[in-house]
Amino acid sequence: MTTNVAVADGIFTIDNGRPKLLGSRCTNCDNHMFPRQSGCPKCMFNEQEDIELATTGTLWTWTVQAFPPKAPPYLGPTGDDFVPYGVGYVELPGQVRVEARLTVSDPEQLIIGMEMELVLDPLCIDEDGNQVVTYAFAPTQSSTSGGDAS
Amino acid sequence: MSNVAIVGIGMHEFGRTDGVSGMDQGVIAVRRALADCGKQWSDMQFAVGGSMDGGAADTMVSRIGLTGLPFTNVVNGCATGGTALAQAVNTIESGAADVGMAIGFDKHEPGAFRIRGPRGKDWYGGSGLALTTQFFGMKITRYMHEYGISQASLARVASKAFRNGSINPMAWRRKPLSEQEVLDSLMLSYPLTQYMFCSPGEGGVAMVLCRADKAKDYTDRPIYLQAAAVRTRKFGSFEVLAPSIALERDAGPTAAASKAAFEMAGIGPEDIDVAQLQDTEAGAEIMHMAENGFCEHGEQEQMLANGDTEINGRLPVNTDGGCLANGEPIGASGLRQVYENVLQLRGDAGERQVPNDPKVAYTHVYGAPGISGVTILSR
Repeated sequence: MTTNVAVADGIFTIDNGRPKLLGSRCTNCDNHMFPRQSGCPKCMFNEQEDIELATTGTLWTWTVQAFPPKAPPYLGPTGDDFVPYGVGYVELPGQVRVEARLTVSDPEQLIIGMEMELVLDPLCIDEDGNQVVTYAFAPTQSSTSGGDAS
Repeated sequence: MSNVAIVGIGMHEFGRTDGVSGMDQGVIAVRRALADCGKQWSDMQFAVGGSMDGGAADTMVSRIGLTGLPFTNVVNGCATGGTALAQAVNTIESGAADVGMAIGFDKHEPGAFRIRGPRGKDWYGGSGLALTTQFFGMKITRYMHEYGISQASLARVASKAFRNGSINPMAWRRKPLSEQEVLDSLMLSYPLTQYMFCSPGEGGVAMVLCRADKAKDYTDRPIYLQAAAVRTRKFGSFEVLAPSIALERDAGPTAAASKAAFEMAGIGPEDIDVAQLQDTEAGAEIMHMAENGFCEHGEQEQMLANGDTEINGRLPVNTDGGCLANGEPIGASGLRQVYENVLQLRGDAGERQVPNDPKVAYTHVYGAPGISGVTILSR
C-alpha cells in the first residue's frame, strides 16, 4: 500500500486517513485564519494561537474546474488524463470560509448550503512512490442520500 | 479636482501581434500619444509606466530617447495602468512637474495566467487552486444565488461586448457572437463559458497629462481628470486567490474606490454618461455595475433586459468591447478604458460613439489580490 504524503507541510495533518486543516486563531478578537499566519488582519493584534479547524461545514459557493490548469504548478493529471474537479468555499461554522477542491464536479450535485466534510484527495505519485494528497471537501452521507440539502 | 488634463492619447492595437514585443507596443503607444498633442518626448518632464510580463517599463527610454527624465515603474496587478495614471496625476497635482506621461503595455502567454507560489511550498497551485478563473466562477455563482441574476444575462453581457468590439478597429475580437453562441461555447468555470471570459493578451496605451491651466497649449480639446482613486481590500472582502475568507463581509475595494472617486469629483453615479467597468468575465461587469453605485444589487437583470447598458442605452457600459473583446494585457488594460473615454468625450469614437454629447465618463479596474482603481473624466 502506498503512503500518503501531504502536498506541503504546515497546511493540514493526516490522522487515520483524514485531514485536519491547520489554522490560526487571534487571541484578541477570535478571528480564524487559514493557512496559519501571524498578525491579525481584522484587529491588527500580533498574538495568534495554532488550532485545527472544524472538519465539517456548509457549501457557500462553488465552481467546476473544467480545463486542465497549467503544470507547473498543478500536480494533478493534465492533458488527456485530466479529471475535472469542483472548487468551492466551505463555511466552517463560527470560524472561517475555506477554499478547497470538491470531490464532486457535476453541477447538478452541487447546491449552496449542502453539508460537506473534509477528506483527502489524491494528486499524483511522487518519485519515491508515495501518494501525494491534498485536502478536499466531499458531500456528507446525509446530504447525498436524499436528505435535506438546503 | 480637475487640476490635471489629458491632452494626448496613443494606443497600440490590442490582441496578438506576432513579432512585436510588449515593450515595442508601449513605445508605439508613446509615439502616438505624443503625435496626438503635437509634442516631443523631450518635452516630457516625467513618466510613470508599468507592465507585468513585458519588462521594466523605464528601459523603453533607450528606444524613445535618453532625455534623463525621471521614470517610475509601477506594478500593481490588474490596476497597474490605473495606478500609473493616479501617480502621474499626483505628480502634477503636487507641483513637481507640469507635464508627463502614463504608460502601460503587456504581452502574456496564451491561456489562463500561470500563478506560482514559493518553490517546494506551492500547495495552492499544486492543488489546482491558483486560477483566477475559479474566483470569478465562484463569485458570480454566489451572486446569482443571492440576487437572482440569470445565465441569460451573462450571455447578454458577453454578446454586447463582442458587438461593440466588432465596431472598434483597435479591438482584438471583432466578430459579433450571439447570446446562443456564447452559451453554447465550452464551459470553463461553471457557470462561465469560454466566450464569457476575457483572455490575457497584448497591447499598449500611453497618455500625456499636464496641468489643467496649461492644457490649451497642447490641444483645443483637453479632457479633465475629476478623480483618480485606488483602493485595496478591507477585512471581510471576497477576493481572488484567497485560501480562506472571513465570515464577516465587506463591500470590497471597488465600492470603496468608487465612493472615494465620486467624493473627489463632487458628483454621483447619476451624473455619469458612459462607463468602462472591469469585465474580466461577463459576471464581473454585472456585479461591478452595482459595486460602482450604478444600480442596486439585482437590478442588473432588468437593466440588461431593457438594453440600458448598450451604446444607445441609459448608461452605456464597455463601449469599446471591454476586456472581453480587447483581452487583458495587465499593464495596459486600465489605460485602455481611459483612452476609450477620452475618445467618447471628444466625440471621436466613430461608429460606437455614445449619442447625446457625453460630458462625464467613468472607468473602473479590478484585480488580484483585491485592488480597484476608478477614474472620472469630464470635458
